[in-house]
Amino acid sequence: MNTQSLLLILLVVTVVFGLGVVVLNRRSSGGAGVKPIISEPVVVETPVAQAEVVEAPVVEAPVVEVPDPPKSRWGKTSLSLAGVFGGVRARGGITNETWDDLEEALLKADVGIGVTDELLNSLRGRVKVKEITTPDELLLALQREMTSRLEGADRELNFAQLDEGRINVWLFVGVNGVGKTTTIGKVSAQQAQLGRSLVLAAGDTFRAAAAEQLGTWAERSGAELVRGAEGGDPSSVIFDGIQRAAAKGFDLVLGDTAGRLQNKSNLMDELRKVRRIADREPGQVTEVLLVIDATTGQNGLSQAREFTDAAGVTGVVLTKLDGSAKGGIVFAIETEMGIPIKLVGLGETIGDLVAFNPDEYVSALFNG
Amino acid sequence: MFDNLSNRFDGIFKRIRGKGRLTEADVDEVLKEIRTALLEADVNVSVVRNVVARIREGAIGIESSKALDPSQQVIKLVNQELTNILGGETLKITYASRPPTVVLMAGLQGSGKTTNSAKLAKWFKSQGRHPLLVGADLQRPAAVEQLRTLGRQIDVPVFSDPSDPVTTAVRGLAEARRLGKDVLIVDTAGRLSIDDEMMAQIRQISDQITPNYTFLVIDAMTGQDAVNVAEAFHNTLQIDGVILSKLDGDARGGAALSVKEVIGRPIAFASTGEKLDAFEQFHPDRMAGRILGMGDMLTLIEQAEQAFEKDAAEEAATKLLDGEFTLDDFLEQMQSLKKMGPLGGLMGMMPGMPKELKNAKIGDDELKPVEAIIRSMTKEERRKPEIINGSRRQRIATGSGRSIAEVNRLVKQFGEMQKMMKRMGGMTAGKKGKRKMSSMAGLGGLGAAGLPGQGGGFGDGLGGGAPGGGFPGFPPSR
Repeated sequence: MNTQSLLLILLVVTVVFGLGVVVLNRRSSGGAGVKPIISEPVVVETPVAQAEVVEAPVVEAPVVEVPDPPKSRWGKTSLSLAGVFGGVRARGGITNETWDDLEEALLKADVGIGVTDELLNSLRGRVKVKEITTPDELLLALQREMTSRLEGADRELNFAQLDEGRINVWLFVGVNGVGKTTTIGKVSAQQAQLGRSLVLAAGDTFRAAAAEQLGTWAERSGAELVRGAEGGDPSSVIFDGIQRAAAKGFDLVLGDTAGRLQNKSNLMDELRKVRRIADREPGQVTEVLLVIDATTGQNGLSQAREFTDAAGVTGVVLTKLDGSAKGGIVFAIETEMGIPIKLVGLGETIGDLVAFNPDEYVSALFNG
Repeated sequence: MFDNLSNRFDGIFKRIRGKGRLTEADVDEVLKEIRTALLEADVNVSVVRNVVARIREGAIGIESSKALDPSQQVIKLVNQELTNILGGETLKITYASRPPTVVLMAGLQGSGKTTNSAKLAKWFKSQGRHPLLVGADLQRPAAVEQLRTLGRQIDVPVFSDPSDPVTTAVRGLAEARRLGKDVLIVDTAGRLSIDDEMMAQIRQISDQITPNYTFLVIDAMTGQDAVNVAEAFHNTLQIDGVILSKLDGDARGGAALSVKEVIGRPIAFASTGEKLDAFEQFHPDRMAGRILGMGDMLTLIEQAEQAFEKDAAEEAATKLLDGEFTLDDFLEQMQSLKKMGPLGGLMGMMPGMPKELKNAKIGDDELKPVEAIIRSMTKEERRKPEIINGSRRQRIATGSGRSIAEVNRLVKQFGEMQKMMKRMGGMTAGKKGKRKMSSMAGLGGLGAAGLPGQGGGFGDGLGGGAPGGGFPGFPPSR
């Protein structure tokens, strides 16, 4: 037997044995997922003493361009699946090709095979009993069905009336490159416009120059930036931001976090800690926004699941919807995870980050 | 609900394995599952349709061959198909006869251009080249700053000019010539493929610096849109290759298949981690193997060879098969294993791992109690755990701060493992073990299906361990 085989055997045995014991222990200590009796790691509080505070140049809310009315902004997107639907309409009746076309259109919008099957199966039933007979009715029914799947959720950003001395903390989480920092910048500008005073806490201590990027946004929106050392502990930077805000009597802390892939358990543990620390007095986490890139495919659901598990996601921000991607993964995220989509990014300017409106979104898919 | 693509294939193959002959209904069922699996992996709808059609075509004549059973043939077919789509070969970089070799980076916002520019620079450096990085992303705040920081980390100079992206790129080229650099990597701003103005701008950059290689950076998590993006960039820039970023995530990476199929350009590199050296030339065969549930064997072995002391590991493995493997040996190997990175990542690469283990999400820290228990044993106890009696057990439990039940479980499992290993060892010594073992094998078919390199031999045996406590089978001696 050659060396490589031996190595591999060794590897497998070591892993399987080691992990097998862990799994068995877990199981016998009462159900999956329950950790063995390890005491919750005591978090050593190191609220970075030397965290640098950049004073905001202007305190007043900055001049922000007046946003267009929402309708025209959705018009900027190229969400429309109109081409496919045109083909469906052109047919005299509802044929096998009709169903194939609809399936393809939904799949191409990243709606996913699961939700697509559900949507189409329910429509097939209604066609069968002749409740729906023409392609136009079919499309209308599909549009209604899709809209109704997204109805009823509370999409307001939660700025809570808290006990005296507590401060609203909003955390922004997500995988790398989805636009967390940019989103914070825009949210910050919008909240400043509402007259709220803000601290931006540069919790992304990993990516080079992430704090500089956030700093640029802080300047633009007249917020105060709190940053730590590169490679430092993100929880302490955010805690420091909260204390700074408390000392100055500010209203809101927006906490940036480094992008992390949801399967990296050490990084997700780091995020758990960030969330835990941010909830400590005087902070109170009232919103955890998962930022998802509209180009994301089915992995978006796994992101929603894992980030919710680690940080208790309360809402989703869908960015980059002004590209050619349709962001159909939101259907699965809302219906399976019950997490509302709160904001969508429709362009580069501050005013292009808007409240998610299911009607507008679905009709943009259908009509452009 | 979304099983990993390889898990799903595992499921299908388990069902069809062992059948002497595939009926048409079998083929249809398999194809349907493969279709769903590919769609869930974000392979583009149209690409899926083509792939499935080609597999069906190949699957029709399947009964006629005697060499492999039908299920093995289907597996082989799917594997070949995926490998073909994924590239078939690795992109070879040829350097410009008149330096510098110019590389242009393009892609959507957040796909990872800046990070991968630096990673690519580091890679060129490892090839003995002297790269210069140009920061032509003047759009995103602090993007140039990010590139400069990365440049410092890998000791590669960074040029930028606050004027405009086209001028920066042109001046960067002049700077590379002046400094005698032989590779120039131009990082550009992320742009949407439907933003005509920005696309015209990158076209202009490309026209001015005439790159030898234009790389499109694509996020492995991208959904159906990957095809539109790739087409748009390819039409504007003539892409030479793709860099697949964030491949260390749990996305199934169907985008890679789609892009390759649609623009016909190879995936040149894959970014496989946050560190700047987590960047490698893309291996289509490995990716196909991984998708097929083989685990990423070759990568795993490479990593293992780096982490383990060769002689010690060989000795330990031999002991293992002779049934002389002690808890001490286990502890030692565990330390080497840790050098290979987070256990979660390793699990993903291992073929045929019991699902229960794969999904258990075991953090590295959770092995500490196991270690603590072993470390609380005396030398003799580690050698012969069977001597552990009531009072010893009590002492070990107190010493490690764990419960007696946990100590018991560990000892019992270790005993079972040893028994199993002894049996295995006996089997591998004689050829007659082979039949029995392939029936244990989770992926028996794959080995014979001709996966690349060493994979064949391993695939034959690995897999199918009983959940939690059992162990996978082992390859017969070769």
